[in-house]
Amino acid sequence: MSGTYIRRPNRPLQIYAVIFLIVLYVPVLFIPLFSLNDSLYVRFPLQGFTLQWYYELWERPSVWNALWNSVKVGAVVSVISTILGVITARAITRYRMPGKSALVTFIMMPLVIPGIIFGVALLVLMSRLGVPLSLYTVSLGHLIVCMPFAVATLLPRFEGFDPSMEEASADLGENGWWTFWRVTFPMVLPGVIASLLLTFTISFDEFIMAFFLTGTDPTLPMYIWGQLRFPQEFPSILALSSLILIVSFVLVFTAQRIGRVGLNRDPLEAA
Amino acid sequence: MTRSNAFISIREVDKYFGSFQAIDSVSMEIAQGEFFSLLGASGCGKTTLLRMLAGFESTTSGEIFIDGQPMSDVPPHHRPVNMVFQSYAIFPHLNVADNIAYGLRKQKLPKAKRMEMVDEMLNLIKLPGYGQRKANELSGGQRQRIALARALILRPKVLLLDEPLGALDKQLREQMQLELRALQRQVGITFVFVTHDQEEALTLSDRIAVMQGGKVLQVDTPAGLYETPRTREVASFIGNMNFFRGTVRRNGAATGAVETEGLGTIPVALDQLTKPDGTTVQVALRPEKFTLSGTKPEAGMAIEGTITNSAYLGERSHHYIRIPGKEEPVAVSTQNFQRADGGGSTSSEAPVWLSWSPDSVVILDDA
Repeated sequence: MSGTYIRRPNRPLQIYAVIFLIVLYVPVLFIPLFSLNDSLYVRFPLQGFTLQWYYELWERPSVWNALWNSVKVGAVVSVISTILGVITARAITRYRMPGKSALVTFIMMPLVIPGIIFGVALLVLMSRLGVPLSLYTVSLGHLIVCMPFAVATLLPRFEGFDPSMEEASADLGENGWWTFWRVTFPMVLPGVIASLLLTFTISFDEFIMAFFLTGTDPTLPMYIWGQLRFPQEFPSILALSSLILIVSFVLVFTAQRIGRVGLNRDPLEAA
Repeated sequence: MTRSNAFISIREVDKYFGSFQAIDSVSMEIAQGEFFSLLGASGCGKTTLLRMLAGFESTTSGEIFIDGQPMSDVPPHHRPVNMVFQSYAIFPHLNVADNIAYGLRKQKLPKAKRMEMVDEMLNLIKLPGYGQRKANELSGGQRQRIALARALILRPKVLLLDEPLGALDKQLREQMQLELRALQRQVGITFVFVTHDQEEALTLSDRIAVMQGGKVLQVDTPAGLYETPRTREVASFIGNMNFFRGTVRRNGAATGAVETEGLGTIPVALDQLTKPDGTTVQVALRPEKFTLSGTKPEAGMAIEGTITNSAYLGERSHHYIRIPGKEEPVAVSTQNFQRADGGGSTSSEAPVWLSWSPDSVVILDDA
């Protein structure tokens, strides 16, 4: 069975995909590998298996403190950016407005503008306004970084949404508020959860904004940055990085899966 | 019908989308309990008019009254109407029972009472026991019924239906037409039904408004539209029609007559003749109003012609007959009462006599 031309397995493409993934992820895989190595130095040959560096992390209050800071910032940023994302996505898909495509471009711009520019700009603004640097300023920076991701995650949800659903709700006697909570929100909920997970991960991992806007309380990436000066701490940093990697992978994968729930299924297809 | 029992009253309504006029000075009255159809090709404004009744579109000018109340300032969720959407808009995150009970929230009924009403509706739409089914487990016909039940459970004064049978296959559509008609008689609610399918409109409706280019061409009963169309558009939109040019020639006061191309001077019922002598008019005759015969009939008007083309369609045949004095052939439809041998019963180019009864002649309003 040869199948149709376009569906035939394409060997060179498959090989290319495998090489692509290797080049992308093998360097990253060295981090968990050396985090389990019984040596202070990152070099081959490996010296033996140990969990010592993970124990050390566990015992260190400053790590817990930084983790807690990151979780706080991540939680606040993910909730706010997702709420703003829902409002934005709904406005973009439901209303006819002039300059809509320009607006969407502006919302997506932080994806391509170097973080260092936003970081410096916000730092200048904050010092001008006399706002002391703190986790609040970090959150503000993260919000800018996370907004495009929230909107990009939620937009397909709203676009794949038959507007007559909301009309049907209005027709059956519900006003805008109740229509939102009884129809719109449940239908975009997978997108909302995906957006929460994704923006939390992005905030949790974000470094550049935090670098410029952190006060005295470091986030986890800032803590790692600070520890890099001490060679004897390096294996612990590898252990910490490995944990962050795993958590990020899990969150992003979950977000991807949930975000697609019911999206590719045509409701009339079952008919 | 009289003005007093008009339940929905649409008065001089215009609707513009930007510079495009979707509805052009439409006025009509719909009686309580009537099955009223808006019929027209796509883009004729029928769906826009329906959405104006539902409150999803505003009127640019004019006013819509439902049950005596002006509707301009009433938002969709406060109007005494419910709608069955073309896509059905069944909420995918709710099961069948929750979909049907969706509009009952404000009535704050005890759960048992609500379930009872849902079960009653499920029986009405002949889907008992379907309450716990998920929305994505339903067929097109089932979705359509559930959309109906979801609207009817609120006992609306008017039910609006936007091409609700369009997505169904032919057989199911015909079955649903009968059920819809029976259901409407059973619940006694005014139905306003949008369709582009003339047969569907004729089958279902008490009255039909034929729309074109945002205007209402004619509002009449199915038989009225078919037998006495007022314009050429209506006549050709519903069924087939032969058109002849004619000139009014009255023979005194007792009888009317029109000198018609190809048919000669033919008698016409007086009430059809509103125009003065010498006026050019359109004369229309349905293909099935003609009788074909091999010899000249004894009585009545008859004219000789030749068959140019015949098509055998089973229970009837279509013939195209060329007559002197008219460019296009006349279409004639005959019932095949007797067994037809060899498909087409009449050989081509055979001379035939065409006859018709004067009361089947329609004089159109437009020249």
